[in-house]
Amino acid sequence: MAEVYRLRSDPEHTAPALPLAEYQSGGTAVRLEAGDDARLLVPHLGTLRRIDIAFPKFREGRGYSSARILREAGFTGEIRAVGVLYVDQLMFLTRAGFDAVLPETPIDPAVAERTLARFPNVYMKAADSLQPIWALREQSNA
Amino acid sequence: MYRYDEYDQAIVDARVAEFRDQVERRLKNEISEEAFKPLRLMNGLYLQLHAYMLRVAIPYGTVDSRQMRMLAHIARRYDRGYGHFTTRQNIQYNWMKLEEMPDLLADLASVEMHAFQTSGNCIRNISSDQFAAAAADEIADPRPYAELLRQWSTLHPEFSFLPRKFKIAVTGSTIDRAAIKLHDIGLELVQNDAGEIGLKVLVGGGMGRTPMLGHVIRKYLPVADYLSYMEAILRVYNRHGRRDNIYKARIKILVNDLGAAEFARQVEEEWALVKPLGLDPPPSELARIAAHFAPPVLDANAPVEIDQSNPDFANWVTVNTHPHKAPGYAIVTISLKAPGEIPGDASADQMDIIADLAQRYAGDEIRVTHAQNLVLPHVRRADLFDLWQVLVSAGLATANLDRASDIISCPGLDYCTLANARSIPIAQKLAVKLAPQEADLGELKIKVSGCINGCGHHHAGHIGILGVDRKGEENYQLLLGGSGAEDATLAKILGPGFDENGIVAAVEKVIDRYKTLRADPAERFLDTYRRVGAEPFKEAVYG
Repeated sequence: MAEVYRLRSDPEHTAPALPLAEYQSGGTAVRLEAGDDARLLVPHLGTLRRIDIAFPKFREGRGYSSARILREAGFTGEIRAVGVLYVDQLMFLTRAGFDAVLPETPIDPAVAERTLARFPNVYMKAADSLQPIWALREQSNA
Repeated sequence: MYRYDEYDQAIVDARVAEFRDQVERRLKNEISEEAFKPLRLMNGLYLQLHAYMLRVAIPYGTVDSRQMRMLAHIARRYDRGYGHFTTRQNIQYNWMKLEEMPDLLADLASVEMHAFQTSGNCIRNISSDQFAAAAADEIADPRPYAELLRQWSTLHPEFSFLPRKFKIAVTGSTIDRAAIKLHDIGLELVQNDAGEIGLKVLVGGGMGRTPMLGHVIRKYLPVADYLSYMEAILRVYNRHGRRDNIYKARIKILVNDLGAAEFARQVEEEWALVKPLGLDPPPSELARIAAHFAPPVLDANAPVEIDQSNPDFANWVTVNTHPHKAPGYAIVTISLKAPGEIPGDASADQMDIIADLAQRYAGDEIRVTHAQNLVLPHVRRADLFDLWQVLVSAGLATANLDRASDIISCPGLDYCTLANARSIPIAQKLAVKLAPQEADLGELKIKVSGCINGCGHHHAGHIGILGVDRKGEENYQLLLGGSGAEDATLAKILGPGFDENGIVAAVEKVIDRYKTLRADPAERFLDTYRRVGAEPFKEAVYG
């Protein structure tokens, strides 16, 4: 594993993340496997500070839904994508609600910055605060 | 038709810059081929048997003359002078060079075109009715609804790594020219009792190795809820679709395993959660898009009667034109199926000529059909003769729409890495053999796929042919009785397969038997088959 690429400014919460099956109420870090149901964590979001979500292979996409579900439920702690991930997926990850990535191969911060700044606007609402283009159009006509 | 505003253009331009960056990193070996492959696939770039193949998106199959000229330019500049129109209303180029792709995408972007999501496990090009806005039978033009989906699905953060590819078709008519029952999601515009337009939602159709017809999971979805409902369907699929076996990863398998009612229940449950998130644009956004699709100004006094004393012209008018909603107009289909040629191929020169014709005669619009032909949607009947003469001189006046030589074929083993058998030569041989008698046979849809993935839509063929590998030899299975239209059915295998010459002979035997069985000359092959069943044809073919 390479280093964590973080988009948060708060101190890293370094507690080991327990697998969902071993997680007990009050724990502050948990790890979801790709097929785990993120909604099971909803009662615990107040105490959790970090949720790791596994991406065992590039094709794996369930974690994007898991992250969004957690953000939709109001989670504001760190959601960390862990596994086979590349810099070119950063926009998808951040828009789905991830704010940290622990990839197998290191992310070049310069490329990451370029990638995250690439698309000036977005077409659809997601877990970040970006307004969709239809809303921008609406505002410019108002 | 739709025109980009500064927002749309900025996204497409950014995509070009992104891919330029990715290609540069690949050429400098900063990214491995393994990591690069999914990136190029998301831009429609495949590595095929002999070279890279690029699939360019043609959203809902609509282009204008400027865009068609650009497609011709790309064929000349980056390929060998031709392009191949596909069964998903896109165009493919077969001889691409990786280092030229960024420039090519920049050329496309200059005419509001792109290759977004033409491959990969994401939401693919949205397909639609090639007669949209021209057919008398539609409730409304489906393309604004397709464009709304195009925008919503472009770079969707949650749905770019689905279990498998995802295809959506939208139609505005009960006459189904978009094969909505054979898509992951099929949408049909419908009206409620108050006359308001909404969407009938079908899920779980598809071809490939496990062909299935879609199920209606909602009879009427208000337009105001359109995108949030799509979001709910895709989320249920993304979370629960199978990922352990790529052959069981399409949504049809999930819908089939759960049952349509249970799948619908899960979608409704998810929808209740996502609907309050404000995912749906206001009605003004659909209205803004719809305004772009305002039909051309049609001449209410355009003459209906035209001189058809030239018998070849009269035949072409009968076979290749459809009634337009305005009486003095016609919908023209330009066949890309001259017998002996490659189905769906057009040369750069032909594309330029079609662009000129569209500009001069057809409201500057061209449609690509899923049957791999092109359509000029709004032509004055009084202009048909002039237009036909140009088509004749360009080798584009083949009068065979929906007839035996109008064969759908995938690229097959001549190009495709997935193929087990060649399909183009089968289509060519059949077209040449059957063309002389096709007028007598009437509507007969023959579809050829070179492998079980079914890009040639063999399951939906009145006569379908599937190429397989049998102990290292090309072998062709014969299927009968399929339809991709509003009366959709899946074709059934008739019996053991054949070699290349054997399959051509078998199709001829089927057709000969049909001619003795049909109730009257107007009964289509498909209707005869449905009436008498497979047995008489089995007997004709296998004795």
